[in-house]
Amino acid sequence: MLYFSKIRILLISLFTLIFVYLTLSNFIKTENSWLDKKINLGLDLQGGSYLLLEIDNGPVIIQTLQNKLATIRKFFKNKNINFKNLKIENDKTIIFNIENDQIEEIKKIFEEQNSDINPYYEKFRTHQFALEILDNEFRLNLSKYGLIEIKNASLDQALEIVRRRIDEVGTNEPNILRRGNDRILVELPGLDDPMRVKKLLGKTANLTFRFVTQNSEETFGSEKLMFEDGSEEAVVSKRIILNGNNLIDAQPNMDTEVNETVVSFTLDRVGAKRFGKATTSGIGKRLAIVLDGKIISAPVIREAIVGGGGQISGGFTFQSATDLALLLRSGALPAPLNIIEERTVGPDLGQDSINAGVFALTIGFLLVIIFMFFKYKVFGIIANITLILNLFLLVGILTLFEATLTLPGIAGIILTVGMAVDANVLIFERIKEEIKSEKNQIIAFDSGYIRSKSAIIDANITTLIAAMILFFMGSGPIKGFSVTLGVGIFTTLFSVYFIARLLTSIYVVKNKNKENLI
Amino acid sequence: MQKKEIAFNKLYKLFNLVSIFLVLISISLLIFKGLNYGVDFKGGTLIELRAKDNQINITNLRESLLNMKLGDVSVKQFGNESDYLIKFEKKNDNNPNFIQEIKEDLTKSIGPGFNFRRVENVGPKVSTELLRSGIIAILLSLAAMLFYIWIRFEWQFSLGAIVALMHDVLITLGVFSLFNLEINLSIVAAVLTIVGYSMNDTVVIFDRVRENLKKFSDIKIFNLTNISINETLSRTIITSITTLLALLSIYFLGGEILKGFSLAMILGVIFGTYSSIYIANPILVLLKVSQRTIVKEEKD
Repeated sequence: MLYFSKIRILLISLFTLIFVYLTLSNFIKTENSWLDKKINLGLDLQGGSYLLLEIDNGPVIIQTLQNKLATIRKFFKNKNINFKNLKIENDKTIIFNIENDQIEEIKKIFEEQNSDINPYYEKFRTHQFALEILDNEFRLNLSKYGLIEIKNASLDQALEIVRRRIDEVGTNEPNILRRGNDRILVELPGLDDPMRVKKLLGKTANLTFRFVTQNSEETFGSEKLMFEDGSEEAVVSKRIILNGNNLIDAQPNMDTEVNETVVSFTLDRVGAKRFGKATTSGIGKRLAIVLDGKIISAPVIREAIVGGGGQISGGFTFQSATDLALLLRSGALPAPLNIIEERTVGPDLGQDSINAGVFALTIGFLLVIIFMFFKYKVFGIIANITLILNLFLLVGILTLFEATLTLPGIAGIILTVGMAVDANVLIFERIKEEIKSEKNQIIAFDSGYIRSKSAIIDANITTLIAAMILFFMGSGPIKGFSVTLGVGIFTTLFSVYFIARLLTSIYVVKNKNKENLI
Repeated sequence: MQKKEIAFNKLYKLFNLVSIFLVLISISLLIFKGLNYGVDFKGGTLIELRAKDNQINITNLRESLLNMKLGDVSVKQFGNESDYLIKFEKKNDNNPNFIQEIKEDLTKSIGPGFNFRRVENVGPKVSTELLRSGIIAILLSLAAMLFYIWIRFEWQFSLGAIVALMHDVLITLGVFSLFNLEINLSIVAAVLTIVGYSMNDTVVIFDRVRENLKKFSDIKIFNLTNISINETLSRTIITSITTLLALLSIYFLGGEILKGFSLAMILGVIFGTYSSIYIANPILVLLKVSQRTIVKEEKD
């Protein structure tokens, strides 16, 4: 066990040096780009915001059902199929009645693989809707995968919109990830007041232009909506002249005539045409601008607007006009997002945590080193050199993979320092026992290493198991802890079996004639 | 120089009774008093506030917060004299402006001489999930340890190690319940690390027991465990000391956020060391482990 070939010594030294260099590169500015890696600091250390958003898919599902209902109605009318009582029940089931002699035919239409009306998902081997027939009543429920498809599509869309909105705010290096099929995780490093982002993400930003009507018996129907400031309400037609999709740009602006901040918008070709037509025929009417079910303003149309642009006024401050323009530019969310978890750490607390963590690490490290020196003298020095190099290896590996260091992660490093000496202690104690029965000290050292091996392996694997479970079950800062603890086990084993053993062998071979080496 | 052997085995019975007593107390504390869950597991809002204005104190802070009528609110000093920890019970209203409103109301009543250093807001759904995954993680780690030791040793060893682990986890949680200390995500991490550490300690002694079982066929397990404990004793003590040195420095110097975490770990290391000697080994005795137990293993 004590013999090392020259090539092995070289490899061990080289390997160790690389990681020492990597560790130091965190503290020294280098021009060298290929090794210019740094440990990332977690949000708890550098400050920042963590938001977990959950999409409320209820409205999307209802919309899907309503669209399907319309498709079915059109389909039946085209095919001259008699149907009755076509409706949506409990916001989840489409039901309709068919005459008895047509049941088989309709069933086939809904269940064939290339059905237009009930798409078949090849990869899930299932239709969008599950069909149930009771007598002559058909019941269509979204299948499990039909629901998943809807959720995935709406989450993908929401993710894109969230990304656009946050990019527009301009925070540095935001991290936006999907979680499961109805959640989005947003990490905003360096942002200590997420108020504005929260406000922007909290709006669906569904914009529509509709006429205010007096008579409620319009063909499209109408609804009563409140003004945004809650001051009054108006009856608004359900017929949508324009919606947010027709906008290609929106900017905050100062209207010098009335000395008020407004949002001016530019429409696409289709939108401009429609807007022109509506304003031409609707002179004298009030046009309501509705955002998320509330009226922003409802100005009277004085002249036809054919230029493909316009402006929205509504008592904005410059900030609120900027935010509205941003929301309109980035588009509407498919469904509302709720913030279900928020964690924000200010930058000064982060810095305090770093200072406290580093201080605790230094002191803990010194205490362990002093203790080991008094306990084992020369071998204490060997154990301590190993421990220092172990620390370099650990930080070096974290740097190499640009891992994220969190406050619990620092605690993991300190704990590794405390526990890393265990392997050396096990070996040294074993050697002491072997020396009692073995005159030849070199053989005693050798068998000390060999016989302590199984205990060391088992002891470290059990800790590794705990670290791995933490890694897969934990989140954020806790994950950082499991990473340092887990990586620490590997660096400990390497440093004990290569570095410490190498140093031991050099010392023992040189002093083999001395009595009581350990 | 032969060190004198300590007769740990003479005290097996006494300490087993002590442990059974402590575990029973811990279980009844957990059942009747319960744990003090933090916002991670209970949901709600936590704000760490730093006062820059020395007019702000715990009394006027509490008063202004109570005036906001936001339900159950607790305020306490947090480490530093000018730092406070404010906690709200969850109101399930999903108001994204909640924090902003508190900030504005506070500015009105106590002035602008403060800032929020940390804000945590956990919804009821997320907190339930976090609690569930925390419990699953702990159970999973116990199961993984049981399985690993079963593969490496024999089922008797595996059982002994698991009983020792559960003992450590239960008593640590019992202490947290008794002193009303907060349970949050980092405590779960600490408990998992305790599981790893305690196992580590037990495995080292078991490894020696197995070795000695092969070596001596004439020594009864009751004495054999004692020999093995003594042979590994200096290592047990040294490793516990170095680990405790590291943990104590986190506890005293690592800042308020790591206090609970390091305390749980300190308790865990102490109980883990104790249980490796006084729980894991007596179970080997109880299960009448002998040379035949492991010889059978060798044949397989």
